[in-house]
Amino acid sequence: MERPTSRRDFLKTAGGVAAGLGLGSVIAVAPARATPAEMQEAIRKVVGSARVTPGRVKLDLPPLIENGNAVPLTVTVESPMTEAQHVRAVHVFTEKNPQPNVVSFHLGPRAGRARVATRMRLADSQNVTAICELSDGSFWSDSAGIVVTLAACLEDGI
Amino acid sequence: MASALINVPARAKRGEIIEIKTLISHVMETGFRRTQLGAVIPRDIIRRFVCTYNGTEVFRAELHPAIAANPFIVFSTVAVESGTLVFSWTGDHGFSATETAAISVD
Amino acid sequence: MRFVGAVAALAIAASAVAGEIPRADRRSGYEFMSRETRAMQDDDTANPGMLWVLEGGTLWEKKTGAAGRACADCHGDPRASMKGVAARYPAFDAAIGRPISLEQRINRCRIDRQQAPALAYESRELLALTAFVARQSRGLPIDVTIDARTHPFLDAGRATFHRRQGQLNLACAQCHDDNWGRQLAGNVIPQAHPTGYPLYRLEWQSLGSLQRRLRNCLVGIRAEPYDYGANELVDLELYLLWRARGMTMDAPAVRP
Ligand code: HEC
Ligand code: HEC
Repeated sequence: MERPTSRRDFLKTAGGVAAGLGLGSVIAVAPARATPAEMQEAIRKVVGSARVTPGRVKLDLPPLIENGNAVPLTVTVESPMTEAQHVRAVHVFTEKNPQPNVVSFHLGPRAGRARVATRMRLADSQNVTAICELSDGSFWSDSAGIVVTLAACLEDGI
Repeated sequence: MASALINVPARAKRGEIIEIKTLISHVMETGFRRTQLGAVIPRDIIRRFVCTYNGTEVFRAELHPAIAANPFIVFSTVAVESGTLVFSWTGDHGFSATETAAISVD
Repeated sequence: MRFVGAVAALAIAASAVAGEIPRADRRSGYEFMSRETRAMQDDDTANPGMLWVLEGGTLWEKKTGAAGRACADCHGDPRASMKGVAARYPAFDAAIGRPISLEQRINRCRIDRQQAPALAYESRELLALTAFVARQSRGLPIDVTIDARTHPFLDAGRATFHRRQGQLNLACAQCHDDNWGRQLAGNVIPQAHPTGYPLYRLEWQSLGSLQRRLRNCLVGIRAEPYDYGANELVDLELYLLWRARGMTMDAPAVRP
């Protein structure tokens, strides 16, 4: 179909709408955002003095998401999931949410397969890190970046 | 009244890895939001989710405010014997909910 | 504000009038969503809207009000009695001589048949019952009745859709007829076909009605939103459903 309006003009219009919409919404993220340093600190609390090596674990996130309120994530670890060799836990952290911790999953050989999924909130485009803890006490990590576009039509008040 | 949806296969072969999906209604209020008048909306989240299989814990999760409203959790377990899976969620302000699912294993 | 001055560009955008969307080009909002959000709608255990359907099923069976009757006592198996009902709403109500929304129809039964107080708009119970009733029309074509009695209300709804309003002086049609498929502050503008209401909107982190969605767009153009249940909103609903006639119902849908 025909759309005679030039894209640039329409995008400017759109911007006006987006700004208009921001007016009355609930103000999220009141305290200062967490920083990458705070994420590192949160990770330290979980892993202690152990070394965290990139690899073995895979964090799947969509590269771009329409709304940060429910971002799907899946974490998969290569592991035979036997009594002798399994994943004990999977932890997820973010850089720029008000608080770096997202979730910790505790599993074991009874899981059969080391794959877990959930949906999280993201306050902004940022990096997300998943860390897994294996039964031999080693820690492994993966990170992924994601772009979050907020919804155009926000709500007035709550 | 909390409602929850659980997806567990009713039947499975012994040793088969089954995928379990759970969804529960909960606002997961972060504690970081403010009303227009500036008052902090108190945190109200589910903090813990546990799944037991015939009484033995097979999966557990600790949730933080970054988990989306109406938490959705997917995990797996090995079908070892017929019986019952119990799912329980606990959280702020005494929140507690339990669901069960029967599985028959052959 | 990031976009001060943008309003000046509106006159140019507004001059584009492409008219109604041809039937073959109509697309549900579903088709404009990311793969992830579609997957959330498609899988009943992943779709949070199903939590309201579940609660609606419980309320359907529950005896309420001075009459002590449950919906189920009169309507029996919802899969038969409510099949296709949501696809026909808003529908003409002889008692008040104008179309009413599905929410109003359910409240009518609450008041007249159960002798219970009306449920508030957007209350958990009303959304749950509406979602439960709407779920029974999943997969069926939208089929509102336009006849001599409803035609004037359809025309009123169409007029509202095409009227510029709000501080931004925009009409619904300028976005949804003329500029669908384009980006608006990072979101794709859909065609505004209400196939899946009530639906779970990620922005709301909750289920919400079509009227809530319409009010959001009104606030978006900085117009004073009509009250819930206002005739203007019901007429707009009627027009939007007629505009989407024949499209498949998929409530409870998921939208960003
Ligand atoms: C005492 C019996 C009774 C109860 C209880 C009752 N209804 Fe009804 N309902 C009716 C009758 C009779 C009609 C159709 C006649 C009319 O227009 O009033 C109807 C019509 C409807 C319709 C419109 C159907 C259509 O084809 O347009 C809907 C939707 C509906 N009811 C939903 C509900 C829900 C939801 C509940 C429970 C909250 C409920 N009803 C409780 C008797 C009842
Ligand atoms: C400036 C452009 C613009 C205007 C004007 C506008 N809308 Fe919208 N509308 C949008 C956008 C963008 C979305 C999708 C928002 C999202 O997904 O975040 C939307 C969504 C909708 C939807 C939901 C569609 C679905 O798939 O569920 C409906 C219905 C709707 N609008 C109706 C209206 C009506 C009625 C009006 C006039 C009162 C209107 N809109 C005015 C931009 C607009």
